[in-house]
Amino acid sequence: MSEVGDAGPVLEVVDLVKHFPAGGRITGRGSAVHAVDGVSFELERGEILGLVGESGSGKTTVANCVLRLTEPTSGTIRLRGTDITHLSRRQMRPRRRELHMVFQDPYSSLNPRMTVGDIVGEPVRLHRLARGRALDARVAETLDAVGLRPELRYRYPHELSGGQRQRVGLARSLILNPSVLVADEPVSALDVSVQASILNLLRDLQRTMGFSCLFITHDLATVEFLCDRVAVMYLGEIVELAPRAELFRSPQHPYTQALLSAAVVPDPAVQRERRQVVLDGDVPSPLAPPSGCRFHTRCPLHEQSAPASDEETPVLREFAPGHLVACHLVGPGRPAPRLVEDAAAIVEAG
Amino acid sequence: MPQPLLEVADLSVRFDTDDGVVHAVDRLSFTLGEGEVLGIVGESGCGKSVTCMSLVRLLPETARIAGRASLDGRDLLAMSPRDLRRVRGRAVSFVFQEPMTSLNPVFTVGRQVTEVLRRHLDLSRAAARDKALELFRLVRIPAPERRLEEYPHQLSGGMRQRVMIAIALACDPKVLVADEPTTALDVTIQAGILDLMRDIRERLGTSIILITHNLGVVADLADRVLVMYAGRKAEEAPVRELFAHPQHPYTIGLLGAIPRPYEGEEARRRLQEIPGRVPSLRELPTACAFAERCPRADELTRTQVPELREIRPQHWVACFHPGENGAA
Repeated sequence: MSEVGDAGPVLEVVDLVKHFPAGGRITGRGSAVHAVDGVSFELERGEILGLVGESGSGKTTVANCVLRLTEPTSGTIRLRGTDITHLSRRQMRPRRRELHMVFQDPYSSLNPRMTVGDIVGEPVRLHRLARGRALDARVAETLDAVGLRPELRYRYPHELSGGQRQRVGLARSLILNPSVLVADEPVSALDVSVQASILNLLRDLQRTMGFSCLFITHDLATVEFLCDRVAVMYLGEIVELAPRAELFRSPQHPYTQALLSAAVVPDPAVQRERRQVVLDGDVPSPLAPPSGCRFHTRCPLHEQSAPASDEETPVLREFAPGHLVACHLVGPGRPAPRLVEDAAAIVEAG
Repeated sequence: MPQPLLEVADLSVRFDTDDGVVHAVDRLSFTLGEGEVLGIVGESGCGKSVTCMSLVRLLPETARIAGRASLDGRDLLAMSPRDLRRVRGRAVSFVFQEPMTSLNPVFTVGRQVTEVLRRHLDLSRAAARDKALELFRLVRIPAPERRLEEYPHQLSGGMRQRVMIAIALACDPKVLVADEPTTALDVTIQAGILDLMRDIRERLGTSIILITHNLGVVADLADRVLVMYAGRKAEEAPVRELFAHPQHPYTIGLLGAIPRPYEGEEARRRLQEIPGRVPSLRELPTACAFAERCPRADELTRTQVPELREIRPQHWVACFHPGENGAA
C-alpha cells in the first residue's frame, strides 16, 4: 500500500475551523456555532489516534470535515501530502479510495434494499476497479477478513444482528484498502459482548492491513484499549494530545484530569476508593464560547490560572516530548497541579 | 433478617404477538430491602426493563404477567387499577434513560413537577411550588427559582435528568426504578448523577433498582447485583462478591468483554468475546439459555434447565458448571 517517497503523516489537519451559522431569520445575522476552533493534528502512518470528548466538543465535526462531508470555514486538510480542503467533488472522487468511514449506527448506515454482497462490493464498482468474478472474489475475501460467513452476502441488512451489520460496515470501508479509516463511535450502539468482538476485530485488521485510523469516541476505556495517541477535545478545541500511556499516567489539563477521574471502573473495590472531580455547571454554549481558556468557567484550578485564563487563549505547548497541553498552568516540564491522586496509585490500591 | 420491602416470586412475562408468544421474563424471583440498591444487569432484550415495568403494569395489553410481587406486604399484581394508580409515581417511581423524551416539551419543568405533587399529594398551588423548589434543591439544580420557569429544551441533558429525578422523588417513593439513568449522559455528568443517587439513598432511605448494561455504574452504586440473561436470572450476589468471584460463564464473559481504564498495558489485552447471539425468546427453552454460547456446555446443559443454587454465601448461580475460571 505504501508508495515510494511517501513519508510524513498520512493525514494532516492544520488550524481547522468550522462555524455553523445560527440565528438568522429572527435574531438577525452575526451569530455562529463555534463547533471547531483551530484544531491541528497529524495522523501518522499505521497509527490509531483517538479523538475524545463529550457531546458538543466538536469531535464529529472534525471527522466530517476530514471526510469532506462538511465544508470547513478555514484551515487545511492534507491527505498524503495533497491539500484536499478545497477539492471539488469530482476532484475528490479518486481520493475517496484513500479515505473511508465507519458510522455509529449499523442500522441506519446500510441500505436496506441492497444485499450484503452489493453493499460491500459497491466501492469497488463505483471506482471501477473490478467486476464479475474478480469483484465476487474480492467481496468474499473481505467478508472473510471481517469474520462473516460467505453465504451472508446474499442476505439483507435486516436479517443480520447489530454486530454482523457493523462488520458489514467495516468490510465496506476496508475493501479498497484505504490509508485512512475514520470511525465515529463505531461500537457505542452495540451490546457489551458484541462491542468486544468489534474492537478486537478493528485492532486485528489495523495490524494486518496497516491503515491509519481516526477513532472518535467518548469512552476512555475504549481509547486505552485501542489507540496509540489520544487527543482530548473541549468545546471545539484540542486541550491535550499525548501518547496513550502518557495521557493515562500523567494527564495534565484540568479537564483531562476531570474526565479521567469521572470514568467508572468496573470493579467495586477500585471504583469505591476513587476520588472524582465533579465539574461545576454545564458546558458553555458554543454560540458564545468563554473568552480566554474555554474551560475557565468550570475549571477547578481557576483561582490559580486567573486572570490569564480569562483573557488569553492558551496555546497547545509541548509539556513533555510528544505531550501537548493547552493550559496556562502547564509549561515545558512544569506539570499542572493534581486534582486527584495519580490514577496508577488508585489501581494499586485495588 | 427483616422483611424485604419488595418481594418478587416466580415472575413471568409473556407477550402475545402475531408470530407467537415471546417469553420476555421467565420465573424470576428477587427481593429488594429497605434502602438497598439492587443492580439489574444484562444486555438488550434480557428482560431487565420489562421486569420492572411489569411490577406496576406499565406494559401494553399484550403482556401476560404471572407470579407474585408484593410491596410492603401488598400484592401489586392483584391490585385494582385504581389502587395501582396510587402506587405508581407514589410508592414506586421511575427514571428513564432519555430525559428529553420523558419530559413534556410544551410545559415548564416547574409545572411538570407541581402536577405530580398536586395530583398525588393534593397540595395547593403555592404549597406545590414550595415543595418543587425544595425538590430542585435536593437534586442540586442551581438557581432553582429560575429553572422552575424554564422549558425542557432550555436545560442541558444532565439538568433534565435531575428534573426527572426530582419528579420521581416528589411523593417520597419507597422504590425508585432507575432504568439506564446515565446512559444518554456524558461521563462528567454521569458522575454527578450517580453521586446524587447515592446521596438520595443515604438521606431519604429510598430503595433503588438500578437497571443498566454498564458494569462500571453497577460497581459504583449497587449493593447487590442480579445478572439476567434471556429473561432469566443467571447469577445474583453482593456487588463485591460478584466482581471478585463471578461464577456464571456469562457473567465472566461480560466482565472480560469490557475494556478497563487505568490498567496500562494490561488494558491492551485481547477482549473476551462471547460467540453467537442471544437465543430467540419465542419458545420456552428446555435447556440452559446460555448453552449455545457457553464454553462449558455439555449434554446436561443442553437438555435441562439449571436451577439456582447458593454456592457461596448469598451468591446464587443458575449453572451446572459454576466456577471462577475458564473451564470447570
